[in-house]
Amino acid sequence: MTRQNMNKLMIGMVSLVATIVVIPIVLVIIYVVYNGIGAINWEFLTAAPRNGMREGGIMPALLGTVFLTFGTAIVSFPLAIAAAIYLAEYAGDNMLTRWVRLAIVNLAGIPSIVYGLFGLGAFVLFWNLGTSIIAGSLTLGVLTLPVVISTAEEAILSVPQSFRTVSLSLGASRWQTIRHQVLPHAMPGIITGIILGLGRAAGETAPILFTVAAFYLPELPKSIFDQTMALPYHLYVISTQVPDMPLSNQYGTALVLLMIVFSMTLVATVIRTNMRRRREW
Amino acid sequence: MNNKIDVRNFNFYYGDFQALDNINLAIREKQITALIGPSGCGKSTFLRSLNRMNDEIASARAEGEVLLDGKNIYADGVDVVELRQHIGMVFQRPNPFPQSIYDNVAFGPRVLGQARKNTLDDIVVQSLQDAALWDEVEHRLHNSALDLNPGQQQRLCIARAIAVKPDVILMDEPCSALDPVATLSVEDLMHRLAETYTIVIVTHNMQQAARASHYTAFFWLGKLIEFQETRKLFMSPQEELTESYISGRRG
Repeated sequence: MTRQNMNKLMIGMVSLVATIVVIPIVLVIIYVVYNGIGAINWEFLTAAPRNGMREGGIMPALLGTVFLTFGTAIVSFPLAIAAAIYLAEYAGDNMLTRWVRLAIVNLAGIPSIVYGLFGLGAFVLFWNLGTSIIAGSLTLGVLTLPVVISTAEEAILSVPQSFRTVSLSLGASRWQTIRHQVLPHAMPGIITGIILGLGRAAGETAPILFTVAAFYLPELPKSIFDQTMALPYHLYVISTQVPDMPLSNQYGTALVLLMIVFSMTLVATVIRTNMRRRREW
Repeated sequence: MNNKIDVRNFNFYYGDFQALDNINLAIREKQITALIGPSGCGKSTFLRSLNRMNDEIASARAEGEVLLDGKNIYADGVDVVELRQHIGMVFQRPNPFPQSIYDNVAFGPRVLGQARKNTLDDIVVQSLQDAALWDEVEHRLHNSALDLNPGQQQRLCIARAIAVKPDVILMDEPCSALDPVATLSVEDLMHRLAETYTIVIVTHNMQQAARASHYTAFFWLGKLIEFQETRKLFMSPQEELTESYISGRRG
Protein backbone atom coordinates (compact mmCIF):
# COMPACT_ATOMS: atom_id res chain seq x y z
CA MET A 1 0.00 0.00 0.00
CA THR A 2 1.32 3.46 -0.82
CA ARG A 3 1.90 6.04 1.88
CA GLN A 4 -0.90 8.15 0.44
CA ASN A 5 -3.43 5.34 0.59
CA MET A 6 -2.30 4.38 4.09
CA ASN A 7 -2.83 8.01 5.07
CA LYS A 8 -6.40 8.00 3.71
CA LEU A 9 -7.14 4.71 5.40
CA MET A 10 -5.96 5.91 8.80
CA ILE A 11 -7.86 9.20 8.56
CA GLY A 12 -10.95 7.24 7.64
CA MET A 13 -10.48 4.82 10.51
CA VAL A 14 -9.96 7.35 13.28
CA SER A 15 -12.90 9.40 12.00
CA LEU A 16 -15.07 6.32 12.04
CA VAL A 17 -14.02 5.32 15.53
CA ALA A 18 -14.45 8.88 16.77
CA THR A 19 -18.07 8.92 15.60
CA ILE A 20 -18.68 5.88 17.77
CA VAL A 21 -18.22 8.21 20.75
CA VAL A 22 -21.21 10.23 19.61
CA ILE A 23 -23.51 7.25 19.14
CA PRO A 24 -24.29 6.39 22.79
CA ILE A 25 -25.20 9.95 23.75
CA VAL A 26 -27.44 10.32 20.71
CA LEU A 27 -29.08 6.96 21.37
CA VAL A 28 -29.68 7.78 25.04
CA ILE A 29 -31.34 11.05 24.12
CA ILE A 30 -33.48 9.51 21.38
CA TYR A 31 -34.50 6.64 23.61
CA VAL A 32 -35.42 8.79 26.60
CA VAL A 33 -37.24 11.37 24.47
CA TYR A 34 -39.12 8.70 22.52
CA ASN A 35 -40.31 6.95 25.67
CA GLY A 36 -40.76 9.97 27.90
CA ILE A 37 -42.21 12.73 25.74
CA GLY A 38 -45.71 11.26 26.02
CA ALA A 39 -45.71 11.70 29.79
CA ILE A 40 -44.80 15.37 29.71
CA ASN A 41 -47.74 17.69 30.12
CA TRP A 42 -48.71 20.59 32.33
CA GLU A 43 -50.00 18.37 35.10
CA PHE A 44 -46.86 16.23 35.09
CA LEU A 45 -44.73 19.30 35.72
CA THR A 46 -46.98 21.11 38.19
CA ALA A 47 -48.79 18.47 40.26
CA ALA A 48 -47.64 16.42 43.22
CA PRO A 49 -47.48 12.64 42.79
CA ARG A 50 -50.62 10.70 43.73
CA ASN A 51 -51.68 7.10 44.22
CA GLY A 52 -48.31 5.81 45.44
CA MET A 53 -46.57 8.04 42.87
CA ARG A 54 -48.17 6.14 40.00
CA GLU A 55 -50.20 9.17 38.98
CA GLY A 56 -49.92 12.93 39.20
CA GLY A 57 -46.68 14.78 38.55
CA ILE A 58 -43.20 15.45 39.73
CA MET A 59 -43.47 19.05 40.90
CA PRO A 60 -42.05 18.54 44.44
CA ALA A 61 -39.07 16.61 43.09
CA LEU A 62 -38.48 19.16 40.33
CA LEU A 63 -38.56 22.11 42.73
CA GLY A 64 -36.49 20.15 45.23
CA THR A 65 -33.77 19.75 42.64
CA VAL A 66 -33.97 23.46 41.84
CA PHE A 67 -33.60 24.33 45.56
CA LEU A 68 -30.69 21.93 45.93
CA THR A 69 -28.98 23.39 42.88
CA PHE A 70 -29.23 26.89 44.31
CA GLY A 71 -28.05 25.66 47.69
CA THR A 72 -25.10 23.93 46.08
CA ALA A 73 -24.20 27.11 44.23
CA ILE A 74 -24.27 29.14 47.44
CA VAL A 75 -21.99 26.63 49.19
CA SER A 76 -19.65 26.00 46.29
CA PHE A 77 -19.20 29.48 44.82
CA PRO A 78 -17.37 31.26 47.66
CA LEU A 79 -15.31 28.23 48.67
CA ALA A 80 -14.23 27.44 45.14
CA ILE A 81 -13.41 31.05 44.23
CA ALA A 82 -11.37 31.48 47.41
CA ALA A 83 -9.50 28.24 46.77
CA ALA A 84 -8.91 29.11 43.12
CA ILE A 85 -7.65 32.60 43.98
CA TYR A 86 -5.31 31.10 46.56
CA LEU A 87 -3.97 28.50 44.16
CA ALA A 88 -3.64 30.80 41.17
CA GLU A 89 -2.45 34.01 42.86
CA TYR A 90 -0.94 33.39 46.27
CA ALA A 91 0.20 29.79 46.56
CA GLY A 92 3.95 29.37 46.53
CA ASP A 93 5.56 26.23 45.24
CA ASN A 94 5.54 24.55 48.62
CA MET A 95 4.33 21.47 50.47
CA LEU A 96 0.97 22.98 51.40
CA THR A 97 0.15 23.85 47.81
CA ARG A 98 1.12 20.38 46.60
CA TRP A 99 -1.09 18.81 49.25
CA VAL A 100 -4.02 21.05 48.34
CA ARG A 101 -3.66 20.13 44.68
CA LEU A 102 -3.37 16.45 45.48
CA ALA A 103 -6.48 16.72 47.63
CA ILE A 104 -8.45 18.34 44.83
CA VAL A 105 -7.43 15.69 42.31
CA ASN A 106 -8.41 12.96 44.74
CA LEU A 107 -11.67 14.64 45.72
CA ALA A 108 -12.61 14.43 42.06
CA GLY A 109 -12.03 10.69 42.12
CA ILE A 110 -14.10 9.85 45.19
CA PRO A 111 -17.23 7.82 44.38
CA SER A 112 -20.37 9.84 44.93
CA ILE A 113 -21.82 7.36 47.44
CA VAL A 114 -18.83 8.12 49.66
CA TYR A 115 -19.77 11.80 49.52
CA GLY A 116 -23.24 10.73 50.61
CA LEU A 117 -21.90 8.86 53.62
CA PHE A 118 -19.56 11.75 54.44
CA GLY A 119 -22.51 14.15 54.29
CA LEU A 120 -24.50 11.87 56.56
CA GLY A 121 -21.68 11.69 59.10
CA ALA A 122 -20.52 15.30 58.97
CA PHE A 123 -23.55 17.44 58.22
CA VAL A 124 -26.61 15.35 59.13
CA LEU A 125 -25.29 13.80 62.34
CA PHE A 126 -22.23 15.67 63.61
CA TRP A 127 -23.48 19.18 62.78
CA ASN A 128 -26.92 17.96 63.69
CA LEU A 129 -28.56 19.51 60.62
CA GLY A 130 -30.75 16.43 60.10
CA THR A 131 -31.71 15.25 56.66
CA SER A 132 -32.36 18.65 55.18
CA ILE A 133 -31.85 20.88 52.15
CA ILE A 134 -28.91 22.52 53.87
CA ALA A 135 -27.19 19.18 54.60
CA GLY A 136 -27.78 18.07 51.00
CA SER A 137 -26.54 21.37 49.59
CA LEU A 138 -23.38 21.17 51.68
CA THR A 139 -22.74 17.61 50.52
CA LEU A 140 -23.32 18.47 46.87
CA GLY A 141 -21.26 21.62 47.34
CA VAL A 142 -18.26 19.58 48.46
CA LEU A 143 -18.83 17.19 45.55
CA THR A 144 -18.68 20.03 43.02
CA LEU A 145 -15.61 21.70 44.53
CA PRO A 146 -12.92 19.91 42.47
CA VAL A 147 -14.39 20.72 39.06
CA VAL A 148 -15.31 24.28 40.03
CA ILE A 149 -11.92 25.00 41.61
CA SER A 150 -10.06 23.60 38.60
CA THR A 151 -12.04 25.58 36.03
CA ALA A 152 -11.93 28.73 38.16
CA GLU A 153 -8.17 28.43 38.61
CA GLU A 154 -7.74 27.94 34.89
CA ALA A 155 -9.87 31.01 34.21
CA ILE A 156 -7.80 33.09 36.63
CA LEU A 157 -4.51 31.88 35.18
CA SER A 158 -5.66 32.69 31.66
CA VAL A 159 -5.76 36.41 32.52
CA PRO A 160 -2.54 37.81 31.02
CA GLN A 161 0.30 38.30 33.49
CA SER A 162 0.87 41.82 32.18
CA PHE A 163 -2.43 43.00 33.73
CA ARG A 164 -1.10 42.02 37.15
CA THR A 165 2.35 43.50 36.57
CA VAL A 166 0.95 46.82 35.40
CA SER A 167 -1.56 47.00 38.21
CA LEU A 168 1.12 46.34 40.85
CA SER A 169 3.46 48.86 39.22
CA LEU A 170 0.73 51.50 39.60
CA GLY A 171 0.70 51.01 43.35
CA ALA A 172 -2.30 48.70 43.57
CA SER A 173 -2.11 46.09 46.30
CA ARG A 174 -2.15 42.41 45.50
CA TRP A 175 -5.80 42.18 46.46
CA GLN A 176 -6.80 45.29 44.49
CA THR A 177 -5.06 43.78 41.49
CA ILE A 178 -7.02 40.55 41.85
CA ARG A 179 -10.26 42.32 42.58
CA HIS A 180 -10.12 44.91 39.79
CA GLN A 181 -7.96 43.41 37.03
CA VAL A 182 -8.00 39.64 37.43
CA LEU A 183 -11.43 38.56 38.65
CA PRO A 184 -13.49 40.68 36.22
CA HIS A 185 -11.71 39.07 33.28
CA ALA A 186 -11.82 35.60 34.82
CA MET A 187 -15.46 35.76 35.86
CA PRO A 188 -17.09 34.29 32.73
CA GLY A 189 -14.76 31.31 32.98
CA ILE A 190 -15.47 30.91 36.67
CA ILE A 191 -19.22 31.04 36.07
CA THR A 192 -18.87 28.42 33.34
CA GLY A 193 -17.13 26.14 35.84
CA ILE A 194 -19.82 26.68 38.46
CA ILE A 195 -22.60 25.83 36.03
CA LEU A 196 -20.82 22.67 34.88
CA GLY A 197 -20.38 21.67 38.52
CA LEU A 198 -24.04 22.38 39.25
CA GLY A 199 -25.09 20.35 36.24
CA ARG A 200 -23.30 17.41 37.74
CA ALA A 201 -24.73 18.06 41.20
CA ALA A 202 -28.29 18.29 39.87
CA GLY A 203 -28.09 14.78 38.47
CA GLU A 204 -26.44 13.05 41.43
CA THR A 205 -28.40 10.52 43.47
CA ALA A 206 -26.02 8.96 45.94
CA PRO A 207 -24.92 12.13 47.76
CA ILE A 208 -28.51 13.17 48.48
CA LEU A 209 -29.67 9.69 49.44
CA PHE A 210 -28.87 10.03 53.14
CA THR A 211 -28.64 13.78 53.43
CA VAL A 212 -31.82 15.33 52.06
CA ALA A 213 -33.91 13.26 49.68
CA ALA A 214 -37.37 12.17 50.77
CA PHE A 215 -38.92 8.97 49.42
CA TYR A 216 -42.34 10.48 49.16
CA LEU A 217 -43.16 13.99 50.36
CA PRO A 218 -45.84 15.69 48.32
CA GLU A 219 -45.64 19.00 50.23
CA LEU A 220 -42.98 21.56 49.44
CA PRO A 221 -40.28 22.20 52.06
CA LYS A 222 -40.93 25.18 54.36
CA SER A 223 -37.33 25.93 55.23
CA ILE A 224 -33.81 24.86 54.44
CA PHE A 225 -33.98 22.53 57.43
CA ASP A 226 -36.71 20.40 55.81
CA GLN A 227 -36.33 17.35 53.65
CA THR A 228 -37.36 17.53 50.05
CA MET A 229 -37.90 15.21 47.15
CA ALA A 230 -35.35 15.46 44.35
CA LEU A 231 -35.50 14.35 40.73
CA PRO A 232 -32.63 11.83 40.60
CA TYR A 233 -33.74 10.05 43.75
CA HIS A 234 -37.38 10.18 42.69
CA LEU A 235 -36.38 8.55 39.43
CA TYR A 236 -34.52 5.83 41.31
CA VAL A 237 -37.51 5.28 43.59
CA ILE A 238 -40.15 5.03 40.88
CA SER A 239 -37.88 2.81 38.79
CA THR A 240 -37.03 0.29 41.48
CA GLN A 241 -39.24 0.65 44.55
CA VAL A 242 -42.77 1.05 43.26
CA PRO A 243 -44.56 -1.97 41.76
CA ASP A 244 -46.79 -1.43 38.69
CA MET A 245 -45.25 1.95 37.96
CA PRO A 246 -46.20 3.17 34.48
CA LEU A 247 -43.05 3.19 32.30
CA SER A 248 -43.91 6.52 30.72
CA ASN A 249 -43.70 8.20 34.13
CA GLN A 250 -40.19 6.89 34.63
CA TYR A 251 -39.03 8.04 31.22
CA GLY A 252 -40.83 11.35 31.61
CA THR A 253 -38.95 11.97 34.85
CA ALA A 254 -35.67 10.93 33.23
CA LEU A 255 -36.36 13.30 30.34
CA VAL A 256 -36.96 16.27 32.64
CA LEU A 257 -33.76 15.54 34.57
CA LEU A 258 -31.81 15.16 31.35
CA MET A 259 -33.17 18.45 30.04
CA ILE A 260 -32.17 20.29 33.23
CA VAL A 261 -28.61 18.98 33.08
CA PHE A 262 -28.30 19.58 29.33
CA SER A 263 -29.62 23.08 29.48
CA MET A 264 -27.09 23.93 32.19
CA THR A 265 -24.25 22.56 30.08
CA LEU A 266 -25.62 24.50 27.14
CA VAL A 267 -25.70 27.75 29.10
CA ALA A 268 -22.11 27.12 30.24
CA THR A 269 -21.02 26.51 26.66
CA VAL A 270 -22.77 29.63 25.41
CA ILE A 271 -21.10 31.76 28.09
CA ARG A 272 -17.72 30.31 27.28
CA THR A 273 -18.07 30.77 23.51
CA ASN A 274 -19.33 34.28 24.00
CA MET A 275 -16.43 35.08 26.28
CA ARG A 276 -13.87 33.72 23.83
CA ARG A 277 -15.37 35.78 21.05
CA ARG A 278 -15.39 38.98 23.11
CA ARG A 279 -11.93 38.53 24.55
CA GLU A 280 -9.73 41.30 23.21
CA TRP A 281 -6.24 40.39 24.31
CA MET B 1 22.08 68.46 40.91
CA ASN B 2 20.50 66.12 43.42
CA ASN B 3 20.71 62.36 43.36
CA LYS B 4 17.20 61.03 43.24
CA ILE B 5 18.26 57.41 43.53
CA ASP B 6 21.51 56.21 45.01
CA VAL B 7 22.41 52.59 44.46
CA ARG B 8 25.11 51.25 46.77
CA ASN B 9 26.91 47.90 46.66
CA PHE B 10 23.88 46.30 45.10
CA ASN B 11 23.86 42.59 44.26
CA PHE B 12 20.97 40.64 42.85
CA TYR B 13 20.43 36.91 42.54
CA TYR B 14 17.96 34.61 40.80
CA GLY B 15 18.45 31.48 42.89
CA ASP B 16 22.17 30.72 42.58
CA PHE B 17 22.65 32.93 39.54
CA GLN B 18 24.09 36.33 40.27
CA ALA B 19 22.41 38.75 37.89
CA LEU B 20 23.90 41.98 39.27
CA ASP B 21 27.37 42.30 40.75
CA ASN B 22 28.14 45.14 43.15
CA ILE B 23 26.41 48.00 41.36
CA ASN B 24 27.10 51.56 42.48
CA LEU B 25 25.23 54.22 40.60
CA ALA B 26 23.61 57.57 41.28
CA ILE B 27 20.58 58.66 39.27
CA ARG B 28 20.18 62.42 39.03
CA GLU B 29 16.90 64.11 39.66
CA LYS B 30 14.89 65.26 36.61
CA GLN B 31 17.37 63.79 34.19
CA ILE B 32 17.04 60.90 31.76
CA THR B 33 19.37 58.03 32.54
CA ALA B 34 19.72 55.33 29.89
CA LEU B 35 20.80 51.77 30.68
CA ILE B 36 22.45 50.00 27.77
CA GLY B 37 24.16 46.68 27.24
CA PRO B 38 23.61 43.37 25.47
CA SER B 39 20.70 41.03 26.25
CA GLY B 40 21.09 39.35 29.62
CA CYS B 41 23.54 41.94 30.96
CA GLY B 42 21.26 42.77 33.89
CA LYS B 43 19.96 46.16 32.80
CA SER B 44 16.28 45.13 32.98
CA THR B 45 16.88 43.36 36.28
CA PHE B 46 18.48 46.55 37.56
CA LEU B 47 15.51 48.62 36.37
CA ARG B 48 13.05 46.31 38.08
CA SER B 49 15.04 46.44 41.30
CA LEU B 50 14.31 50.14 41.52
CA ASN B 51 10.58 49.62 42.14
CA ARG B 52 11.04 46.12 43.58
CA MET B 53 9.04 44.47 40.78
CA ASN B 54 11.55 41.63 41.07
CA ASP B 55 9.94 40.80 44.42
CA GLU B 56 7.28 39.03 42.37
CA ILE B 57 9.84 36.38 41.36
CA ALA B 58 10.03 33.73 44.04
CA SER B 59 13.73 32.87 43.82
CA ALA B 60 14.93 36.47 43.61
CA ARG B 61 17.12 37.97 46.32
CA ALA B 62 18.69 41.41 46.69
CA GLU B 63 21.67 42.64 48.72
CA GLY B 64 22.87 46.17 49.27
CA GLU B 65 21.03 49.46 49.27
CA VAL B 66 18.87 51.44 46.91
CA LEU B 67 18.27 54.88 48.39
CA LEU B 68 15.27 56.79 47.09
CA ASP B 69 15.52 60.35 48.44
CA GLY B 70 17.97 59.00 50.99
CA LYS B 71 15.78 56.16 52.24
CA ASN B 72 16.69 52.56 51.53
CA ILE B 73 13.79 50.91 49.67
CA TYR B 74 15.10 47.48 50.66
CA ALA B 75 15.05 48.27 54.38
CA ASP B 76 12.81 46.19 56.63
CA GLY B 77 9.29 47.48 56.93
CA VAL B 78 9.22 49.34 53.62
CA ASP B 79 5.73 49.19 52.11
CA VAL B 80 6.33 47.97 48.56
CA VAL B 81 2.83 48.96 47.46
CA GLU B 82 3.42 52.52 48.64
CA LEU B 83 6.89 52.57 47.09
CA ARG B 84 5.44 51.81 43.68
CA GLN B 85 3.22 54.87 43.88
CA HIS B 86 6.41 56.93 43.80
CA ILE B 87 8.08 54.97 41.04
CA GLY B 88 5.97 54.40 37.94
CA MET B 89 6.78 51.97 35.19
CA VAL B 90 6.26 51.72 31.43
CA PHE B 91 6.76 48.35 29.81
CA GLN B 92 8.25 46.96 26.65
CA ARG B 93 5.00 46.16 24.88
CA PRO B 94 2.17 48.66 25.10
CA ASN B 95 -0.13 46.96 27.57
CA PRO B 96 -3.26 48.97 28.23
CA PHE B 97 -6.00 47.19 30.16
CA PRO B 98 -8.86 46.05 27.89
CA GLN B 99 -10.96 48.90 29.21
CA SER B 100 -11.77 52.42 28.11
CA ILE B 101 -9.06 55.05 27.74
CA TYR B 102 -10.55 56.89 30.70
CA ASP B 103 -10.60 53.81 32.94
CA ASN B 104 -7.00 52.99 32.08
CA VAL B 105 -5.78 56.38 33.25
CA ALA B 106 -8.13 56.48 36.23
CA PHE B 107 -7.15 53.01 37.47
CA GLY B 108 -4.15 54.14 39.51
CA PRO B 109 -5.83 57.08 41.24
CA ARG B 110 -8.87 54.91 41.94
CA VAL B 111 -6.95 52.14 43.70
CA LEU B 112 -5.21 54.83 45.72
CA GLY B 113 -8.62 55.86 46.99
CA GLN B 114 -9.57 58.75 44.74
CA ALA B 115 -13.29 58.35 44.14
CA ARG B 116 -14.51 61.88 43.36
CA LYS B 117 -15.60 62.10 39.76
CA ASN B 118 -14.50 65.70 39.26
CA THR B 119 -11.04 65.05 40.64
CA LEU B 120 -10.69 61.90 38.55
CA ASP B 121 -11.79 63.80 35.42
CA ASP B 122 -9.14 66.44 36.09
CA ILE B 123 -6.43 63.84 36.64
CA VAL B 124 -7.34 61.99 33.46
CA VAL B 125 -7.32 65.15 31.34
CA GLN B 126 -4.08 66.41 32.86
CA SER B 127 -2.31 63.04 32.50
CA LEU B 128 -3.39 62.64 28.88
CA GLN B 129 -2.23 66.18 28.12
CA ASP B 130 1.11 65.54 29.80
CA ALA B 131 1.48 62.35 27.77
CA ALA B 132 0.78 64.27 24.54
CA LEU B 133 -2.22 62.11 23.78
CA TRP B 134 -5.11 64.39 24.70
CA ASP B 135 -5.66 65.91 21.24
CA GLU B 136 -5.96 62.47 19.69
CA VAL B 137 -8.40 60.99 22.19
CA GLU B 138 -10.39 63.82 23.73
CA HIS B 139 -13.56 62.83 21.88
CA ARG B 140 -13.32 59.13 22.55
CA LEU B 141 -12.28 58.81 26.17
CA HIS B 142 -14.80 56.04 26.71
CA ASN B 143 -13.76 53.93 23.74
CA SER B 144 -11.63 50.87 24.27
CA ALA B 145 -7.95 51.59 24.70
CA LEU B 146 -7.24 48.64 22.42
CA ASP B 147 -8.57 50.62 19.44
CA LEU B 148 -5.56 52.95 19.64
CA ASN B 149 -2.47 52.33 17.52
CA PRO B 150 0.66 50.99 19.28
CA GLY B 151 2.30 54.40 19.59
CA GLN B 152 -0.85 55.88 21.10
CA GLN B 153 -1.19 52.88 23.38
CA GLN B 154 2.32 53.40 24.70
CA ARG B 155 1.63 57.07 25.37
CA LEU B 156 -1.57 55.96 27.12
CA CYS B 157 0.54 53.68 29.31
CA ILE B 158 2.73 56.67 30.12
CA ALA B 159 -0.38 58.72 30.96
CA ARG B 160 -1.56 55.87 33.17
CA ALA B 161 1.78 55.82 34.97
CA ILE B 162 1.92 59.59 35.58
CA ALA B 163 -1.70 59.68 36.76
CA VAL B 164 -0.54 58.44 40.18
CA LYS B 165 1.96 61.33 40.29
CA PRO B 166 5.18 59.38 40.75
CA ASP B 167 8.59 61.06 41.13
CA VAL B 168 10.42 58.54 38.98
CA ILE B 169 9.36 56.79 35.76
CA LEU B 170 11.08 53.57 34.79
CA MET B 171 10.86 52.62 31.12
CA ASP B 172 11.74 49.13 29.99
CA GLU B 173 12.54 49.35 26.27
CA PRO B 174 9.41 51.45 25.72
CA CYS B 175 9.93 51.84 21.99
CA SER B 176 11.00 48.36 20.96
CA ALA B 177 7.51 47.52 19.69
CA LEU B 178 7.01 50.86 17.95
CA ASP B 179 7.76 52.13 14.46
CA PRO B 180 10.29 54.99 14.00
CA VAL B 181 7.66 57.74 13.93
CA ALA B 182 6.00 56.54 17.12
CA THR B 183 9.43 56.09 18.67
CA LEU B 184 10.31 59.72 18.02
CA SER B 185 7.06 60.91 19.52
CA VAL B 186 7.75 58.91 22.69
CA GLU B 187 11.30 60.31 22.84
CA ASP B 188 9.97 63.87 22.46
CA LEU B 189 7.56 63.11 25.24
CA MET B 190 10.36 61.82 27.47
CA HIS B 191 12.20 65.11 27.12
CA ARG B 192 9.17 67.07 28.21
CA LEU B 193 8.50 64.69 31.08
CA ALA B 194 12.09 65.09 32.31
CA GLU B 195 11.19 68.63 33.38
CA THR B 196 9.02 67.09 36.07
CA TYR B 197 10.12 63.50 36.49
CA THR B 198 13.29 61.51 36.92
CA ILE B 199 13.42 58.99 34.08
CA VAL B 200 15.36 55.76 33.83
CA ILE B 201 15.13 53.98 30.49
CA VAL B 202 16.42 50.61 29.39
CA THR B 203 17.12 50.52 25.70
CA HIS B 204 18.58 48.13 23.18
CA ASN B 205 18.99 50.93 20.77
CA MET B 206 22.25 52.85 21.24
CA GLN B 207 21.13 55.67 18.95
CA GLN B 208 18.17 56.12 21.23
CA ALA B 209 20.40 56.30 24.30
CA ALA B 210 22.65 58.79 22.54
CA ARG B 211 19.70 60.90 21.31
CA ALA B 212 17.40 60.85 24.25
CA SER B 213 19.34 60.60 27.52
CA HIS B 214 21.49 62.83 29.71
CA TYR B 215 23.39 60.02 31.39
CA THR B 216 24.19 56.52 30.21
CA ALA B 217 25.13 53.43 32.17
CA PHE B 218 26.73 50.53 30.32
CA PHE B 219 26.14 47.06 31.77
CA TRP B 220 28.04 43.92 30.84
CA LEU B 221 27.50 40.47 32.37
CA GLY B 222 25.86 41.84 35.49
CA LYS B 223 28.49 44.52 36.12
CA LEU B 224 28.26 48.25 35.66
CA ILE B 225 31.20 48.93 33.35
CA GLU B 226 30.86 52.64 32.85
CA PHE B 227 28.55 55.44 33.90
CA GLN B 228 28.94 58.86 32.33
CA GLU B 229 27.22 61.80 30.85
CA THR B 230 25.82 60.40 27.64
CA ARG B 231 27.88 62.67 25.43
CA LYS B 232 31.09 61.66 27.15
CA LEU B 233 30.27 57.97 27.14
CA PHE B 234 29.66 57.91 23.43
CA MET B 235 32.39 60.36 22.38
CA SER B 236 35.22 59.33 24.68
CA PRO B 237 34.49 56.15 26.60
CA GLN B 238 36.96 55.47 29.39
CA GLU B 239 36.69 51.68 29.25
CA GLU B 240 37.81 49.56 26.36
CA LEU B 241 34.77 47.30 26.74
CA THR B 242 32.43 50.29 26.40
CA GLU B 243 34.23 51.46 23.32
CA SER B 244 34.10 48.10 21.59
CA TYR B 245 30.40 47.71 22.46
CA ILE B 246 29.22 51.11 21.29
CA SER B 247 31.26 50.82 18.13
CA GLY B 248 29.58 47.52 17.41
CA ARG B 249 32.63 45.31 17.71
CA ARG B 250 31.20 43.50 20.69
CA GLY B 251 27.77 42.51 21.93
